[in-house]
Amino acid sequence: MWSTNLLLLLLTLLAGWKTGAPLPDLATYQLEGKLPELRDKVVLLDFWASWCGPCKASFPVMQELHTQYAGRGLVIVAVSVDEDRAAMEAFLKKHPVAFTIVRDAAQKLVAAADVQALPTSFLIDRTGKLRFMHTGFRGEVTRQQYRDEIEQLLKE
Amino acid sequence: MRTAFLLLLLLAGGCSQVKPWQRGALADPIMQADYDPIGEQLMEHLYFSREAAWGGRTVGGGGCGCN
Repeated sequence: MWSTNLLLLLLTLLAGWKTGAPLPDLATYQLEGKLPELRDKVVLLDFWASWCGPCKASFPVMQELHTQYAGRGLVIVAVSVDEDRAAMEAFLKKHPVAFTIVRDAAQKLVAAADVQALPTSFLIDRTGKLRFMHTGFRGEVTRQQYRDEIEQLLKE
Repeated sequence: MRTAFLLLLLLAGGCSQVKPWQRGALADPIMQADYDPIGEQLMEHLYFSREAAWGGRTVGGGGCGCN
C-alpha cells in the first residue's frame, strides 16, 4: 500500500501541469463534444479511457459528486483519451453519467497535461487555478479527498 | 565511418516510450498471454498427453494419451 502511494506521489510530481498554475483554455484543444461554461465554477477535470479499470471505478463516484455538488457550482468535465470513439460510446452506454464527457481525439490536451497514469484528475478553483491533483483512483480514499477538497473550493 | 555507424546504431533503437494515454491497444484483452483460459487449458492437455518433448511447463506423459 505504501509503495503504491509513493509511486502515485512520484507520478504526480512528474506530470506536466502543476498545482498553482492556471488551467489552459480548453477551447483551443479541439475537443470533441461541447464544453460547459467554466467561469466562476469549481471544476473537476478528469482524464480517463474506456479500457482503464480504475477509471470505471471512478465513474459512480464522479456521478455522486455531480449529483451532490452541481447545484453549488461544481462542473465535472471528463476527458476521454480513447483513440476509438466507438469504444468510448459503448462504455458510456454501459455506465451512463450526467456530467460532461468530451473526447481528446487528437490527444493534445492529455499530452499537454502529460499525465503519468489514468485516471488523473485536477480540481480547479473558481479563479481558474489548478489546485489539487489526483493520480490514479483509490476507491474510498480518493472519494473522501474529492469531497473534502470540493467542499473547500466551493466555500472559497 | 565508425562514428557514423555508432550513431546509426543509436538512432535505430527499437524502443519507444508509450505514454499512459496511448495504452489502449496494449490494454486490449487480446494482448494478454492467457486471454483464452479454456483454449489454453485444452492445448495444455494436448501437449501434456501427446507431446512429451514439447513445452516444459509440466511433466510430459509417455505419449499414450491416457493421462
